[in-house]
Amino acid sequence: MRKTCLLSMYELAQVDSRVVFIGSDITKRDLDKLAADFPDRFFIEGIYEAHIMGMAAGMALSGKIPYVNTIATFLTRRCYEQVLIDVGLHNLPVRLIGSGGGVVYAPLGPTHLANEDIAIMRAIPNMAIVAPCDKDEMTRLMPQTLAWPGPIYIRLAKGGDKIVSRADRPFQIGKAIQLREGADVLFVTTGITTQVALEAADLLAPLGLSSAVLHMHTVKPLDTDSLLACASQARVVITAEEHTLMGGLGSAVAEVLLESRLAGAFRFKRLGFPDVFTEELGSQNDIMNKYGISAENLAHIAQDLTRK
Amino acid sequence: MNNASLDQRSREQRRDILHILEVARRGHIGSTFSLLEIIRVLYDRVLRVDPLNPCWPERDRFILSKGHGCLALYLMLAEKGFIPREELGRFCQFEGILGGHPEYGKVPGVEASTGSLGHGLSIGIGMALAARIDHKTYRVFVLTGDGECDEGSVWEAALSAGKHKLSALTVIVDYNKMQSYGSTAEVQDLEPFADKWRSFGFAVQEVDGHNVPALESVLGALPFEGDKPNAVICHTVKGKGMAAMENNPDWHHKSKISNEEFTRLYAELGFPR
Repeated sequence: MRKTCLLSMYELAQVDSRVVFIGSDITKRDLDKLAADFPDRFFIEGIYEAHIMGMAAGMALSGKIPYVNTIATFLTRRCYEQVLIDVGLHNLPVRLIGSGGGVVYAPLGPTHLANEDIAIMRAIPNMAIVAPCDKDEMTRLMPQTLAWPGPIYIRLAKGGDKIVSRADRPFQIGKAIQLREGADVLFVTTGITTQVALEAADLLAPLGLSSAVLHMHTVKPLDTDSLLACASQARVVITAEEHTLMGGLGSAVAEVLLESRLAGAFRFKRLGFPDVFTEELGSQNDIMNKYGISAENLAHIAQDLTRK
Repeated sequence: MNNASLDQRSREQRRDILHILEVARRGHIGSTFSLLEIIRVLYDRVLRVDPLNPCWPERDRFILSKGHGCLALYLMLAEKGFIPREELGRFCQFEGILGGHPEYGKVPGVEASTGSLGHGLSIGIGMALAARIDHKTYRVFVLTGDGECDEGSVWEAALSAGKHKLSALTVIVDYNKMQSYGSTAEVQDLEPFADKWRSFGFAVQEVDGHNVPALESVLGALPFEGDKPNAVICHTVKGKGMAAMENNPDWHHKSKISNEEFTRLYAELGFPR
């Protein structure tokens, strides 16, 4: 997914002279052609994210569309005030490409895990948040980033993720995509939890439970219309995210549903990381499994809630 | 007299700032009187800007990174016609556009919202890099405080400016050697200050930040040295021109200024209240 994203930078630079790429001491891989053909708009800067964010804002104030890439933790936490003030308050078209959202960097330990990136980016007015589920969807997202008026945080998944997005379901920033229809359970997901939910739906089908999956690639602005439309059909609504339960997708969905006239019409459960630092090593899947963000557990919870 | 070295315009500008403060009864007055001559010289002699077209793409950019010195900026923006003079009377008021820190998009002529320290230089670098990409000749000026230079992001930006050899970029430091608590020597010494900027790749000039002809001369000689970014260290006095205020941290940000204090300040400048 990262590869697809960075390679697409070349086409964006080609079609739009406002596009500038800024990496913070990232690997050369996948960027050689961009660097060679657009040297005046290609910047590899030092490990000073606070400065880079201000620099990107200065470029955007001068008519550019800067795409900034580094590891998600450093792109969000390390320079949060610069993101909030320089980019958010000025409402500038800066694109923040966060490599390794969630627990992608599991083996590197908790300093490298972006388990709260969605929550802290959500708290910034003007900021859009998009977490594609696979590389094909990334391909559809990137051209649309040229025209989006404000800042965007793009949360990259691990890469090599199973392709579940569909060419026949048009992609639009801010518009959720229903990838599966069903009457009993609604899974609302973002990023690669969409694959997890689709698997869970497969496990539930033989048990006589039909599940809808609403892929909320854009967590902010949240597509409340699609959410309410899908929720109105369901007995059980379950959100799943590779993120803390404090302030992410599940919180956003709960806020909307609880304030709607549907409140109380269905059972509701959020799956994600509890309010702890996930300190386990191993792999992304290991950590997600431990905290119940797995197809088996989603199916189990769904089954349980439909029984009650 | 503490303001004997100040010319008539400098005294009048201080009077006008006291007028603004009479409405809000609060503001960073010591910081404002520290950088008043710097901003005056920039707008009178240096910046290529057009008040009738504040977004003119070729304009020089000026960022007041120490946003709390905004009263001086607001006064100059009003004098030059960027904003109506009446707006000064709504400083910090609910219906006004002039807050205790300047805001981009709200105040014509303000290039960036500042107030949180350590942001302006990076934004200025982005603007200078954009000028280079577009083959434009505009210049970028960033005015920072000395206390502001405690922020690590200032030195991150300094590294980057040196790397990119941004001769179109000038950082001006209002070096009044005071911060909120007390002297910079006491809170966080910056010396050897000029050497620090030199070691980051800047061409450095030092000047008396209240001496108008000297400021005109230094800022008129940009760029200083080949392709290096420029640093102008302005030796200033916090609260310059007012006996009670000079080097007195109580006047860094002052609220609830009394009528008696206002009368005394006007009198010291030689004006009736």
